Amino acid sequence: MNWLEIFQDPNTQWILLGSMLLGLSSGVIGSFAYLRKQSLMGDALAHAALPGVCIAFMITGTKSILYFLIGAAAAGVLATFLIGYITRNSRIKQDSALGIILTVFFGFGIVLLTQIQHGDSGNQSGLDKFLFGQAASMVQSDVYTMAIISVILVALSFLFFKEFKLLSFDPGFAKGIGLPIMLLDQFIMLLIVTAVVVGIQAVGVVLMAALLITPAVAARYWTEKLHIMVMLAGLFGALSGFAGTVISTMANNLPTGPLAVLSATAIFVFSVIFAPKRGVIAKSMMQLTAKRDYEKQYASQKMKEGSLYE
Amino acid sequence: MNDMWIILIGILVAWSCSILGCFLVLRKMSMIGDAISHSVLPGIVIAFLFSGTRDSFIMMLGAAAIGLVTVFLIQMFQNSGVQSDASIGVVFTALFAIGVVLVSIFTRQVDLDLDCVLYGEIAYAPWDTIDFRGTNIGPKAIWGIGASFFLNVVVIGLFYKQFKLCSFDPALAAALGIPVAFFHYLLMGLVSISTVASFESVGAILVVGMIIVPAATAYLLTESLGKMIVISMIVGAISSIAGYYVAYLLDASIAGSMITVAGGIFFIVFLLSPTHGIIFKKWRRKKLISEIS
Repeated sequence: MNWLEIFQDPNTQWILLGSMLLGLSSGVIGSFAYLRKQSLMGDALAHAALPGVCIAFMITGTKSILYFLIGAAAAGVLATFLIGYITRNSRIKQDSALGIILTVFFGFGIVLLTQIQHGDSGNQSGLDKFLFGQAASMVQSDVYTMAIISVILVALSFLFFKEFKLLSFDPGFAKGIGLPIMLLDQFIMLLIVTAVVVGIQAVGVVLMAALLITPAVAARYWTEKLHIMVMLAGLFGALSGFAGTVISTMANNLPTGPLAVLSATAIFVFSVIFAPKRGVIAKSMMQLTAKRDYEKQYASQKMKEGSLYE
Repeated sequence: MNDMWIILIGILVAWSCSILGCFLVLRKMSMIGDAISHSVLPGIVIAFLFSGTRDSFIMMLGAAAIGLVTVFLIQMFQNSGVQSDASIGVVFTALFAIGVVLVSIFTRQVDLDLDCVLYGEIAYAPWDTIDFRGTNIGPKAIWGIGASFFLNVVVIGLFYKQFKLCSFDPALAAALGIPVAFFHYLLMGLVSISTVASFESVGAILVVGMIIVPAATAYLLTESLGKMIVISMIVGAISSIAGYYVAYLLDASIAGSMITVAGGIFFIVFLLSPTHGIIFKKWRRKKLISEIS
């Protein structure tokens, strides 16, 4: 298949649009998660959504993406609340609290999944697809849902940019000037939850976490300004979605999600090596010039004292 | 008989994981278990392709090696200025993605069911037995997980003091001449081996759960590392036994039920622990306030 054919296929166009929007919005939201040291929250929420999806299916009996999203979002909100509650009220640290909620929710979800499997409603194959992600099976209405939600997410990040910025860098000051930081904190969580549940269906549970983390970390390498970082992360996310879809269409049988994640990883590795100031090359160049400057200075000083080779 | 084997496998997994879990929880590295359990996937696939069998010792070593590579990469990015949680996230998701791509490329060559690897089906483990000189010596999983449990007990037992010091005060440990980095990678090697040994029969999620949940539960009950290890092993064993019967009653996933029971125990301890429980803490605070006023 050649390049032009790919872009002319309407089905591929939808998948392309869907994955790019997904990458864009998760990159933007992921930046705030990264700065608030909650990168693994995406991983935890992606797993914790499982029981919510199962319960939504058990109650409604239909495999509608809207009900799944509601169920997953409810489970995600409960999970973030529990993680926060455990961290605040006991000696358990955030990483352990995350791990506990992640595994227990997922384990409970699997119990529910086997119940559904053994129940009368029978066919749970749609649920599997929902969890492990199947970008290729996205239909037009799914892309519409994803597009609308992605646009809302990006718009909200834009509207609340100042508040999120303060919350990320100096929560104490934000509290001092009267911002409702608890509420804003929960609001960011809600945005992460939404990005995750939208993404699960396209790329699956584990890989959704990557789309939140990797573009944001890569963007951090290039800039010291938050607004540029957020824009770059969105751009990197969209690029990864684009590359993932194109490669998977050209190479038969390869799943889109993992390829999008690997594209994001490639951007990350490139940033680690080549970014100005923070990249590996720039850093070693800086060390080298610093060393040379010092040596020069040392030599000239010794020369003045007339004792270079003592 | 099969019930007994399944429960025994569950208990061995729980013990093997929770010994290591105590150290990970104390060192704020709980999510390393999650990371390793996902990132060994490419290692397993590559080992499959090379050895052609599902149960070679080489496969376990290969996966354990990938586990160490994971830890090394995480450390490397952390040293170059990435936050620790983000560097865990970047590394394990990338390796997992490579694993999934490899599975879908070689899906005809290897008989590897992704769902099975992630969920695990402990219910089938007792049927997969090994023969030793013609006599049946029990399920393979018992021997694999038993061996990794034995290894953990021996290594942790031999270097208990060093591991303890490295967990609580790495700076002091380094000053005393203990090779901190060596013990770090030794511990991670044990985590990799236990994860891989348990993986095939019980799935990633039970492994990760058994690393974190019993250890965190024990952390709320005691102030001593030795007691913490014992308590976490007891919690793990209870979760396995009770989880099996819950699964039996509901006709549900055994691994899922075991971890759900472990979560239930954690929740009860979180509320009722005499020293760190929510209810006693609130009660003590109230008493203090009324005494003062």
